[in-house]
This record gives sequence, C-alpha cells and structure tokens, in this order.
Amino acid sequence: MTEAVTITEALAPPRRPLFYRHALLTRLTHWTNVLALFVLLTSGLQIFNAHPGLYWGEYGADADTGRRWLEIGAVPGADGALAGKTRIGPLMFDTTGVLGVSNNKDGVSTAIGFPHWMTLPSVRDLATGRRWHFFFAWVMILNGLTYLLGGIVSGHLRKNVVPGLAELRPSNIAHDIVSHAKLQFPKGEDAKRYHILQKLAYSGVIVLLILMVLTGLTMSPSNDAAWHWLSEMFGGRQSARSIHFIAAWSIVAFVIVHVLMVVLAGPINQIRSMITGRFDLGHAA
Amino acid sequence: MTILTRRSLVTVGAGGLLLSGCDKLSYNPRMVSVLESAEGATERWQRLIGRDALAREFTEADISPVFRANGSQSVDTDDYLAHSESDFADWRLKVDGLVARPLSLSLAQLRAAPQRTQITRHDCVEGWSAIGKWTGPQLGAILKAAGVLPSARYVMFLCADNYGGEAAKGGDQSGGLYYESIDMVDAYHPQTIMAHTMNGETLSVPHGAPLRLRVERQLGYKHAKYVMGIRLVDSFKGFGAGKGGYWPDRGYEWFAGI
Repeated sequence: MTEAVTITEALAPPRRPLFYRHALLTRLTHWTNVLALFVLLTSGLQIFNAHPGLYWGEYGADADTGRRWLEIGAVPGADGALAGKTRIGPLMFDTTGVLGVSNNKDGVSTAIGFPHWMTLPSVRDLATGRRWHFFFAWVMILNGLTYLLGGIVSGHLRKNVVPGLAELRPSNIAHDIVSHAKLQFPKGEDAKRYHILQKLAYSGVIVLLILMVLTGLTMSPSNDAAWHWLSEMFGGRQSARSIHFIAAWSIVAFVIVHVLMVVLAGPINQIRSMITGRFDLGHAA
Repeated sequence: MTILTRRSLVTVGAGGLLLSGCDKLSYNPRMVSVLESAEGATERWQRLIGRDALAREFTEADISPVFRANGSQSVDTDDYLAHSESDFADWRLKVDGLVARPLSLSLAQLRAAPQRTQITRHDCVEGWSAIGKWTGPQLGAILKAAGVLPSARYVMFLCADNYGGEAAKGGDQSGGLYYESIDMVDAYHPQTIMAHTMNGETLSVPHGAPLRLRVERQLGYKHAKYVMGIRLVDSFKGFGAGKGGYWPDRGYEWFAGI
C-alpha cells in the first residue's frame, strides 16, 4: 500500500533529507511561464472575440462559409432573446450563457464570443488585449529560449525531459499508465526521475509552446513578408490562426491535468519543490 | 453544503478580484507604457529580419470571392458626394508638406503613371483575411516627383471619411477624420501603392474610392481609404491625438506589422 501524505505530515519537519529536484533556472522559467501563459490566454480570447470564427486556408472572412470550421455567434431565439450558438464543423451546440451569449459584468445578456470573465481586459477592448498579448509574447519567447538554452547546456532536457528510445516501449508506457490510474506515485530512489508519461507530457507541451510561437509569427503580416515559409508550412495564415487556437486549448488541457496530478501526488511537496527546489522523495516502496 | 457554497463564493470572489485587478492594470498609464514598449521591440525585430522583404503575392485563383469592406463604407460630405457623382473627374490628390514641389494630381494622371499590380492578402486587426488584386502607381514614384525634403520622416495620409468609433465598443468614442501615416522605409517599399483599381475594376466606394493606400506588410487599418491628400511631415503633432493615425489615437499600434 502507498502512504497518502497528509497535510500535517507534509507540514511537519521532514524526517528525511530533501532531494534537490529543480534547478533555479527551471523554477524561475516555470513561474514566469505561468504568468505569461495566463496573460496570453486571457488576452488571446479577447483578440479572438473580435472575429469569433476560424477558417482553413490562406484567407477567410464573413462570406467564406465553406472555409469556416468554427464559429461562435448569437442568434435571436423563439422568445426574442439572444441564444449563443457554437458550430464546430457540422456540429451545432447551444452554448447560451458561456459562448456566443453571456452576461456582462453588469449582468446584462450580451452577444460575445468568450465571456467577459475569461478575457483580458474584461470589457471588449481589442487594442488593450493586443497590447497585453504582444508584450507577454516577448516574455514567453525570451523565457522559453532561456529555458531551452539552459536545458541544452546543462543536459536537463536530454536527461530529464526528452524520452529515451527504450522508455518508449509499449510495455513501459502501459506500465506507467497503470501506475497513474492506480494513483501510485514513485517513491524513494524511483522518484528522482520522471517516468515516461511525465516526459511525454512535458516534451509535448514544449512542442505546443513552440507551435504557438510559430503560428503566432505567421499571423503577423511583416513577419510573414520576411518568412514566407512559415505560412506555407502551416497551409496559410487562417490555418495558422486555427492551429494557434487549437494549440492554446491543448495547453489549457495540459495545465488542467498537470495541476490535477500535482494535487493528487501531494500538492505541498510538489509546489515546494518548484519554489525551493527541494522535494521529499517519500518512503521507498 | 454550506462550506461548499462558501468555498465557491470565495473562489468566485477571488476570480473577480483578479479580473478587476487586471482591468485596473490594463488602464494604468505606467503599465500601458510598459506594455507598449513591446511595439518598439517588434518593429526593430521585423525590420531586422526583413526590412526590404516583399509581402507574399498570390495568383488570380487565390482571390477571395467576396472581399469584405470594413470600417467606413461611404463618405457623406457634400464635397465627396459631388466628386463621386462625377466619377472623380475634377478630384485632385494633393501632395504637400515637406516637399520641394507640391503636387495636385488628377485620377487620369495617376492612371497614366507607371502602374504596379499585385495580388496580396489583406489582414484585418480583427483576425480575418481576404485576398485581392490591387493596381496603382507606386507611392515612391509620386514622392520622387514631389521631391521629398531631407527633413521629412513620415508620410501622412489625409482621408475624407469620419469614422464614428469602434463598433465593438458601441461606436461611442469620439469621431474624427480618418488619417494614417507610415515611415519612409514603407513609403519607398515597392509594394506600397496608391490603388485606384481593385480586382480589375475601378475602386468602389465601400473600398475607398477614388484612391486607397496599400501598405502590404501591415494590418488593414493602415491601408487608408478615401485618400484626399498626402502630406510629408517630421512629426505627428497637430494631427488627431498625435499618435500618427485614427486607430493609433484609439490605442492600436502605429507600427501594425503584427
């Protein structure tokens, strides 16, 4: 049986020496990234609300219905009140209250893509949303480059994050899935390294963040003039915009699972290790 | 139950505090100037990787079936309506300011000059894109004819339309005559043209008849429509709120390469 770490146990002075798990660079870039991603997501939804539709290909606007695969809109319902409608491909959903139509800050039902409580700022203001977005895009890029460069030089990426070929064996992956499903988290010596699902998740989110930057650059007309190959690689500017949106929500999905795993694996120990670097390995099984 | 309710209340309260804190920060002048510093970094980066880069050009087959007209769709001043009724026969483009030879050019003169035709993608700040074919003389040729003085730093485009305000914000901001400006790098860029023809037809009123700017490496709002005058200046002072354009005066980037 595994031991659940209770709050009193976690707060009590540890009986074991703590393992130095996260380097200072990892911790600093992690929390900088948390701030940057929060601002980028909320300001990004503000920007999306200016034209809540997504297309495949090079161009796309109101009349290009054939190219539009996602739209969030408002239509008058039978009772005359606006109803929020979200269409993904051929599927139409009534999303009144959240997408398309939601209450604004004053409780008034309003036609808007994502609701005010998800956007930065919380009123409709594309100019201010863009200002936040492009400042924190620079923060995210410089922070990410620092992490990647540091991780390559120190060997952190190769040793701890990128999965080795041997680890990708289906039996190893299956074993790790079973451990996760049983909520059996590594203890002792075994907890000093990441296992395959964690490695896949962390290297996957790094790929997603790089994808965010590249698709973001594609949408910039000056950058597109200099680097034609980017939009050609993504199949056009509107395709890049669609991929930017999908990758953003994939990162949100990662964050939800990531935070859930932190909570399940012992939040105080986990969060402490990302602040001070020190991690309690626990009793070896 | 009670605890759950209280907890959810606390969560909502904390979320609300976070949001209102972010809103306050959004409009704090010091924060705004910090955030705006990224605009300079973006401009320098884009000039570094492609100062003379050409925007992508497309083929006839790529042209959008419908090119959305945005912003002002018409101009209702008596002067403009009279010109529009006479197909802009007596209309003149004024080129003045810091130039050796101020010009007054008719549409016929603009059409008789060497022309450039380009099929490019128009990217609106809202997020949508449309591909269209544009024809007109290069701005650089007009500027050479006028003899730009060395003290000139920007080309200002003075327009006929008075756009009421941003629709998404209820259009309740102050109106004002539309204007835009670009620097000399973009002014002499080969794809910067004064278009009088769109998709092979005379520029229509919704798209900015008789003449609109195409500055292909920037967002849609830089492509001033209904251009009546081109003025060479050394600063934005005296124009609108002094930020160099109708939308820049309302918080949008002056350098709209992003």
